[in-house]
Amino acid sequence: MAHDTPEKIRSHAEHEFLKKKRNTEMRHQLTSFAIMIFLTLIAFTMVAAGFSAYLIVPIILLLAAVQVVLQLYHFMHLSNKGHGTVAFFMFSGMFVAFITILALVTIVWW
Amino acid sequence: MDLNKRYTAQSWPDHPETATLEGKNKFVGFWLLLAAESVTFASLFATYLALKDRGPEASEFTASGLFELPLVFAMTMILLTSSLTSVYAMHHMKNHNFKAMQAWLGITVFLGLTFLGLEIYEFNHYVHLGFGYTTSAFSAAFFTLVGTHGAHVLFGLSWFIALMVRNSKRGLNMYNAPKFYLAALYWHFIDVVWVFIFTVVYLMGVIG
Repeated sequence: MAHDTPEKIRSHAEHEFLKKKRNTEMRHQLTSFAIMIFLTLIAFTMVAAGFSAYLIVPIILLLAAVQVVLQLYHFMHLSNKGHGTVAFFMFSGMFVAFITILALVTIVWW
Repeated sequence: MDLNKRYTAQSWPDHPETATLEGKNKFVGFWLLLAAESVTFASLFATYLALKDRGPEASEFTASGLFELPLVFAMTMILLTSSLTSVYAMHHMKNHNFKAMQAWLGITVFLGLTFLGLEIYEFNHYVHLGFGYTTSAFSAAFFTLVGTHGAHVLFGLSWFIALMVRNSKRGLNMYNAPKFYLAALYWHFIDVVWVFIFTVVYLMGVIG
């Protein structure tokens, strides 16, 4: 059946180790959350401070890209084992997305 | 093996979301959907960028005159926090702690509803200013892009609520663990799209 899975009962030591590992992972997730909040704050502050658009636009786009990488790799676990195929799907999708934006925008602006 | 077989924290698989063939298939299929959704949103973003500030009444309504950052900032913080609370929910799912998972999902849903409420308020405010869907090319592109994201938020919330209610008495098993995991992935993806919306639409809109 599609739901079948071999059952494996962990020993107490194994279980404690896994729990500790998960708690460490959760702490890393909190760190990436703090970084995301910080990046968002920088982006909003820069716009509110009213710097030149030529300075702000590339920087906030870069901040957004970094934040998305954090979401994908940490919150969505794309860096974990067994994510090779789905990472390929996602990056293909993002590549087509980039081409779509590039094509439409260049058609309109040229 | 029985679908509804009970597990304990010690017999619960390390990666319950991909422990079964069904779970593996859902996992791969769902990432394919997310890849396709990226392209959907890309076409909406491209349309928005092309039509920004354009239209018969372009002189009256521009992005820099319309958008207000405090509200967008609040919405961003709320959605970002809800992304973290769903990470907490999945942390407890992997620890086979059903109650804690439901509680964190509940917080996620609450934050999501707050976000949606603020978005409805924002759209309502624009319509009252005279900036409706058919006002200009700019307004149509804006409402389509941000509205599609809002529809995704609504769908994600309905998905969470349906899962929470349907499984409230069942507890965690191999049948529903992949479902919860994918709903959380979907929620993160919604936040990924919002990162680009607040950057490209609102921040770059306010700059002019």
